[in-house]
This record gives sequence, C-alpha cells and structure tokens, in this order.
Amino acid sequence: MTRIYVPRDSAAVSVGADDVARMLEEALAARGASVEIVRNGSRGMLWLEPFIEVETPNGRVGYGPVTVEDVGPLLDAGLLDGGAHALCHGPVDQIPWLASQQRVSFARVGVHDPLDLDDYRASGGLRGLQRALTMPDDEICADVLASGLRGRGGAGFPAGIKWRTVMEAEADQKYVCCNADEGDSGTFADRMLMEGGPFALLEGMAIAGIAAGATKGLIYVRSEYPAAIRTLRTAIDIARVDGWLGDDVLGSGRAFDLRVVEAAGSYVCGEETAMLESLEGKRGMVRPKPPIPALQGLFGKPTLVHNVLTLSAVPAILADGAAAYQALGFDRSRGTQVFQLAGNIARGGIVELAFGVTLRELVLDYGGGTANGRPLRAVQVGGPLGAYLPGDTLDIPMDYEALAAAGGLLGHGGIVVFDDTVDMAAQARFAMEFCAVESCGKCTPCRIGSTRGVEVIDRITAGIDRDRNLVLLEELCETMTDGSLCAMGGLTPLPVRSALAHFPEDFHRAPEATEP
Amino acid sequence: MSAYAPGSAEAVRSVLSALPADERLILPALQRLQESFGYIPDGAVDAVADELNVSRAEVVGVLTYYHDLRQTPPPAVVVQVCVAEACQAQGVRELLRGIEGEYAVAVGKRTVAGDVEFDKVYCLGNCALGPAVMVNGHLVGRCDTRRLRTAIEAAR
Ligand SMILES: Cc1cc2nc3c(=O)[nH]c(=O)nc-3n(C[C@H](O)[C@H](O)[C@H](O)COP(=O)(O)O)c2cc1C
Ligand code: SF4
Ligand code: FES
Repeated sequence: MTRIYVPRDSAAVSVGADDVARMLEEALAARGASVEIVRNGSRGMLWLEPFIEVETPNGRVGYGPVTVEDVGPLLDAGLLDGGAHALCHGPVDQIPWLASQQRVSFARVGVHDPLDLDDYRASGGLRGLQRALTMPDDEICADVLASGLRGRGGAGFPAGIKWRTVMEAEADQKYVCCNADEGDSGTFADRMLMEGGPFALLEGMAIAGIAAGATKGLIYVRSEYPAAIRTLRTAIDIARVDGWLGDDVLGSGRAFDLRVVEAAGSYVCGEETAMLESLEGKRGMVRPKPPIPALQGLFGKPTLVHNVLTLSAVPAILADGAAAYQALGFDRSRGTQVFQLAGNIARGGIVELAFGVTLRELVLDYGGGTANGRPLRAVQVGGPLGAYLPGDTLDIPMDYEALAAAGGLLGHGGIVVFDDTVDMAAQARFAMEFCAVESCGKCTPCRIGSTRGVEVIDRITAGIDRDRNLVLLEELCETMTDGSLCAMGGLTPLPVRSALAHFPEDFHRAPEATEP
Repeated sequence: MSAYAPGSAEAVRSVLSALPADERLILPALQRLQESFGYIPDGAVDAVADELNVSRAEVVGVLTYYHDLRQTPPPAVVVQVCVAEACQAQGVRELLRGIEGEYAVAVGKRTVAGDVEFDKVYCLGNCALGPAVMVNGHLVGRCDTRRLRTAIEAAR
C-alpha cells in the first residue's frame, strides 16, 4: 500500500497540516485509492510546511508547502507516483539543505511516525540502552565523558563529569531530570524532538538513570507545549508495555521509570535549581549554588539535570561509540549542535551540523537571508540573553569558545534574524522588560535593575539627558552582571550592551523617529 | 467530582483527595484544580493548605508566582500572542496594532475584549513561522488578523 507522510509536528499543524491530512483522506477515499497516511515528525524545513512525502520505488518524494487547495491538483498530477508538480522537491534524501546536514539527534525526526516503536527499533533504537546494560556504570560515564558531549541547555558543561558526580554520590534515591522548559525565544528544537522523536529522549534518560543509579526520572515540560506533553506521555506508556521502562528495564533487573511534569509559565523555571523548586511544587526561585544539584537536587537527593538535546544525543553515543561522536566537531566543542533558524529568515528550521560551521553559512547558505528580501541588519544568537551581532560580521565559527570570544554565547542554539527595519534601542528595551517580567525576584540587581533599565532606555530614546543616561545604563548593566545570582539578571546586559556597541546610532536618533 | 457544584468546597476537596501520591505538592494540586474548574476557586487556598499540611502563605506564594495559574474563570476564547524576539522580527508589532484596531484592546497581561482574552507570552516554540499565536491551546503560525479571526471563530 502506498504511504503518504503528513507531519503532526505543531509547527506544521500551525500552518495547516491537519487540514491537509483530512483533505487527503477524503480525496483519496473519493478516488477509491487505498493509501496509508502516516503522521510523521517534521523534517525541520519549516518554510516548506506543510511538507508531505510519498513513498515511491525511488524513495520518498516531497511536496511543499501544501495547502488544502493543492490536494486535488497534486493528486491529478500523479502525487501517488511522485509525479511532477510546481510544489515537488524531488527525492527528500537528495534535497541539499537536508542532505548536507549531519543529523545525529535529529536523525529520525521527520522520518517515522514518532510513536512507532518498531520503526524506532528497526532504525537502531534501543541499541544504546542494551549496550549500557552490559557495562559497569563507571564505564558508561567514561563513554559519555570521552564523547565530549557538553550540556545543550546553555552552560555547555561536560556531561560526563556530571554523570560521574551523581554516580559516585551515595543516596537512597537519585533522580534524572530532563529540562524541557525551552524558554529561550528563537528555539524550538526540544519541542520538535519531543514531538518527533520521543523514544530517543526516553532511551537517553534510561541510560542516564542506569549509569547514575537513579531509578526515577522526571521531564519538566513547559505548558506552552501541549502536543509534546501528550506525545511523551503516550511514548512512556508504550515503553513501559514494551518493558524498557519500569521495574525491570529490558529484563536487566534494574529499575527506571519516568513521569512528565507540566510547568506553569515561568521563564526562570528553566534555570535548573528553579526547575527543581518547581518540581517540588514550590515557587520557582533560584537556589544558591553550592550545593550543586548533582549532589543535592530534587528533594535534596543527587540529581542529574540535562537539557532534552543533551539526553537525546546519548543513545547514539552508546550505540555507535564515543569515538564516532567525538570525531565530529571543532576544538573543545565536540559532536553536533542543533541550530534553529528563526525570525525574518527565508528558510527557517532545524540545521544539525558539527560545531565549527560559521554563522554566515547558517544564516545565508542554509537560511537564505531575510524572508522579505530586505537587508539583514542584526542576528541574535542564543536566546533572549544572547548577544545581537551585526549582519556584516557573520564569519564567526559556531562553537562555545569562538562565540564567547566574539562577545556572544551559543545558548540553546537559537539564531534569530532581523532586517534593516529593526530598532535596536527597542530590542535593548525589550531585553530589560523581559527580565523585569520574568525575574524570580530574589536579587535586587535583577529585579530592580531591569525595571530601571527600561526607564533609562526610555529616557535615552526620548532624548532626555542622553549622555548621562547612557552612562547610567552602562552602570546598571555592570551591577546586574556582577550582582545577580543567575544568568537571568547576569546576562540580560549582554543583548543590551551588544546593541549599544554595534548599533549606537539607534540610541542617538531624533526622538520622534523611534518607535514607542 | 461532577457530583458537586464546580468550584464548591466539596468539589475542591474531591479533586484534592484524588491527587496521586507524587502530586501531593502545592503546584500540582493547584494545576489539577485549574484543570477541573478552569481556574482556582475561592477557598482553594485553605483547602490546599489543609490537605497538604502546609501554610496558607506558601500556597498563596505559589498561586501568585506562576503565570498560568488564574483566580478567575477564563472567557470562552484565550488568545496568547507571542511577543518575543523571533516574532518581533516577523511583524508581531503589526499584528498587535491589528488586534488593537479590531478588538479595541492593547494586548497586555490578560486583557479582555468581550468573550476573548488576549495575553502576551514569550515564545511558543514556533519561531520560524511567526508571528505565532495560540488560541485555546491550538497553535497558529504566520498569524495575521485574518487568520486570527478564523481561529477565534473556530474556538468559540
Ligand atoms: C534564566 C535561565 C533559563 C534557563 N532555561 C533553560 C531551559 O529552558 N532549558 C534548559 O535546558 N536549560 C535552561 N537553562 C540552563 C539550566 O540552568 C541548566 O544549565 C541546564 O538545564 C543543564 O542541562 P545541560 O547540562 O544539558 O545543558 C536556563 C538557565 C537560566 C539561567
Ligand atoms: S538573577 Fe534574577 S532570576 Fe536569577 S536568581 Fe536573581 S532575581 Fe532570580
Ligand atoms: S519567538 Fe515567537 S514563537 Fe518563538
């Protein structure tokens, strides 16, 4: 039977994938064609969504962006045989945008029905967990360390060191907590992975649990991601029935079980200690460190905290060996990074590549520049706490150290493109406003400083005592950087200062020319 | 819980006594109440404090901390508009002006226009297909006033 793939990913659905699937079903029934419609994850070519694929003897052929109105004409053009049409992109495996990527974490996303465990197994799934179950715990940790895997949540801390710390801690209960709060604007890779490849995350967590000696895992998912929450819960049920989560993981006699916890709308709860407070049902206030969560985390017990992408990279590392993963990358940034191209960009989506690719290659070669064709003026890398970089200095290799040297940070790998209509003073103001809204309130520089920051920028753009207020803004930034407990207050000055440094003219415009 | 009037003291107790063991914590208790009634009813603070054996102040602390928790019933349609950077770059300011023109509200923290509530949020994870909006939990990509109108109609 012919198979047609229509993504179930929220981004695809947000531009009509469900309607297209429904229309296809009706049209195929009317034509008496027996076709199976598979709801896969998204390939991450988001500008082509809804992107549908047809299985043919020559591989899967893709079409997009498909609207409800296109369905009839596509079927007339021989869609079921991969027929030619203006929306046809040919064999999906040969689309250069996709074929040139080095997909490890996203290898399966968009290829299968995310909840089809047979497909997962057939494509190498569970090999990592099986191998881990035959290894001593310290060797699993050593493998993760040797792979060079660093935390993908933002801080880039070597994962293997954390694993060993939790493994060596003595306690009656330990936990693995997956940070799926994905609060950074411009990022959506965690969501797409949870919706499009949940088994890899569950397997990664099971491996982590086995290695660290933790029997319980929690996935803290932001409430803005209802589809991810549903998919994960179903995937967990399937894995339990299949016997690789629960009291006796794959017959090993070892226990590991998982539970999804829905967050409640707080950016700071993505900070790991605030997340732990929230998981304990309390206000999401940041805890001072030490103690580190690896020693005293959830309910005071040793806890391994990792981002979705960090944990999802683990099955491949265990299955194919640390060396294969370590072989990818650049300098001290090993493996691949899942970049997310967003904002005003012609070809937005998921680009997974080894570290070291330049910002120019990502934004211009993959991204195709701005969506509306206007000149590209600024790029914000690394979420709301990341720096604004000018559009004419994109030759920066994307790895942790090179970005830091360029005054930025990689964060969760989000890249947001702005055209020449952007008002950088307004962007700086927004950074301060966001901090004021989302601050957990524990430290004065963050809580009060950000509110003052908004006022000071307003005075600057209004032309009131500009020079004095620019000095004041710089002092505020310094106080926030030095006097904040976590990166919320500590890094908010980064977008502000980078906007000031690279786009000073926006702070010196005639008052009436600036947007309110 | 359908045996009791929604939001009544009995209904609240019935939700709380059904909490599974690992959700006998303040935030999950409040979330389950909101799931059942659409909001956290009056009197829930005392009931949660009693049930979980914590102080009233702790419950209020959690209730007022999280943006998702609400103490009044939601209107028929809840529209969350992403105002974060990637959506700014894709024209959310224009969408906000359009909403202001059509519904006569400035989108802020839960501003209400008739049976529609507009709420500013920061990122819905749809940053390559912005402006992104969520209408009663359904994500709308490349949102303009026309697409928003359709989504609001469908949600009513
Ligand atoms: C304000 C703030 C927000 C954060 N938000 C997230 C988030 O949404 N997701 C995430 O994985 N890490 C986030 N982090 C980083 C976490 O504190 C932590 O470093 C990370 O979850 C560790 O996982 P990793 O080792 O896999 O990176 C945030 C940090 C700060 C300071
Ligand atoms: S810097 Fe801000 S968010 Fe972080 S702990 Fe201090 S007040 Fe809370
Ligand atoms: S920034 Fe608007 S959806 Fe992410």
